[in-house]
Amino acid sequence: MTREEIIEKGQLVYKKPTLLNDTPMHYCPGCSHGVVHKLVSEVIEEMGMTDKTIAISPVGCAVFAYKYIDVDWQEAAHGRAPALASATKRLWPDRLVFTYQGDGDLACIGTAETIHALNRAENITIIFINNAIYGMTGGQMAPTTLLGMKTATCPYGREVKLHGYPLKITEIAATLDGTCYVTRQAVHTVAAINRAKKAIRKAFEYSMQGKGSNLVEIVSTCNSGWKMSPEKANKWMEENMFEFYHLGDLKDTGADK
Amino acid sequence: MADQEITLMKGNEAIAHAAIRCGCDGYFGYPITPQSEVLETLAEQKPWETTGMVVLQAESEVSSINMVYGGACTGKKVMTSSSSPGVSLMQEGISYMAGAELPALIVNVMRGGPGLGTIQPSQSDYFQACKGGGHGDYHLIVLAPASVQEMADFVDLAFTLAFRYRNPAMILADGAIGQMMEKVVLPPFKPRRTEEEIIKECPWATTGRIGGRKPNIITSLELRSEEMEVINLRIQAKYREIEAKEVRYEEFMLDDAEYAIVAFGSAARIAKKSIEIARAQGIKVGLLRPITLWPFPTNEVKALASRVKGILSLEINAGQMVEDIRLAVEGAVPVRHFGRLGGIIPDPDEVVEVLKSSF
Repeated sequence: MTREEIIEKGQLVYKKPTLLNDTPMHYCPGCSHGVVHKLVSEVIEEMGMTDKTIAISPVGCAVFAYKYIDVDWQEAAHGRAPALASATKRLWPDRLVFTYQGDGDLACIGTAETIHALNRAENITIIFINNAIYGMTGGQMAPTTLLGMKTATCPYGREVKLHGYPLKITEIAATLDGTCYVTRQAVHTVAAINRAKKAIRKAFEYSMQGKGSNLVEIVSTCNSGWKMSPEKANKWMEENMFEFYHLGDLKDTGADK
Repeated sequence: MADQEITLMKGNEAIAHAAIRCGCDGYFGYPITPQSEVLETLAEQKPWETTGMVVLQAESEVSSINMVYGGACTGKKVMTSSSSPGVSLMQEGISYMAGAELPALIVNVMRGGPGLGTIQPSQSDYFQACKGGGHGDYHLIVLAPASVQEMADFVDLAFTLAFRYRNPAMILADGAIGQMMEKVVLPPFKPRRTEEEIIKECPWATTGRIGGRKPNIITSLELRSEEMEVINLRIQAKYREIEAKEVRYEEFMLDDAEYAIVAFGSAARIAKKSIEIARAQGIKVGLLRPITLWPFPTNEVKALASRVKGILSLEINAGQMVEDIRLAVEGAVPVRHFGRLGGIIPDPDEVVEVLKSSF
């Protein structure tokens, strides 16, 4: 039986989205980026926006997102993706415009661009991968690093006296009048993946309906940076990250608008 | 000429009106003296209701230049304006745009520095504008207007050059040109390009994969050194072509000149007055005014050195362009610099005294 014959008989139970190409990913095994890339690709395809999407990649692990998802991409300077997205969406209002950023990029160097783009009610979506660490540069402390967590730049654990508190930028985003949909998701189980996909779809749809800005945080693992096996990283995330970064919708005013 | 409308306005206002008229798609800026009238005029004119031009006040110059970066990626005609401290903040974004080979317009209405400095006019960002400014090997195409009319005319010219070479262009004005009012004939209205025209003219742009084409990716990143060198060499070849084809300058009373002043922008206007005074005293002096500061009129300055006994670089700074003049002259004749600092504009009489004492 050939592959095509199997598909013809209706036995196809799973298919990689067409938008996700065959370029081998540079992400570490166990990293959450691959799953989120797949979800983003699926949603764009299912919305029929393949030819009308402009995505902005960050500086950080997802800098090369443009290699894997076959839409038009702009590669931003560190933290500036929401500024690029703001202009892009205003200049091409009928396009689907989203950024894909990590916590170091979005919640630290790009805090100003993030807060102001969201509060200007730009009709964009920010996909926010929060793994509480700088992955690409080798596991340094991020603004989202939990207290007590050890990284290359807080090797004895993050402590308030030295480093201050971890930043919940998604909670801040929920207080902004410009945001429409603000949610925190994860992709560590099938159920979580399904919820995350629905959240991305909702955010993208709101942005196309002109309802304002949308932020989808995905609490993620960085097993390399955390120095754990993928399995342990998932467990550690459930036990520690979810304690501080509560999952669920923080704001959804889309239905009222 | 009869049907041309002559208006009286500030240089900064002329920039705004010219932008609307030349089919600019988007302006992204942040207030800073002495250029805030650009954004104010655009906000007052409401071009989004007429031409459809986007006007957006950003949260910082860092953000406004990155809005320009994003806008330029999409093939649209986008611009920003600022003044010296703000343009310093923009250098990262400008470097990214040069690296990604994107057309855009940046207007710098210079004020005196360093630091927060003064709000009075200066030309002390010549190095920053012409020698890179940000990180990496790159150049901007730099136009230096010397009148409100040139402020208006150079907007369209800058966009034309930026799109011809896929390179950011800068209008390097100063607080005097930005703030002073003069007669100006605004350029005729040109419609913004349609979606079809942009897709045809900018096949590289991130417009969305209309028609199912392959994805367009705009980036300045390439981790493989051998590939990054190839990209750099291609960009350098483009710069050599710009140097060969796009040098612009004005000559004034140089035919019989024994001495020459080289000056741009406001300083060139002062130089013309100084030449008038000097010639009345029997000193034969003329002016070479670079209009493009990059590419610099190197060959023209070199040729000048074979005709005159000495060159004075008149700049409203501590001596920046003088270095390019000396590189061009290669020691053939004495090259002196005169400038005032801190926002002080040189007086034509003191320039004449400097001429007399220099050579």
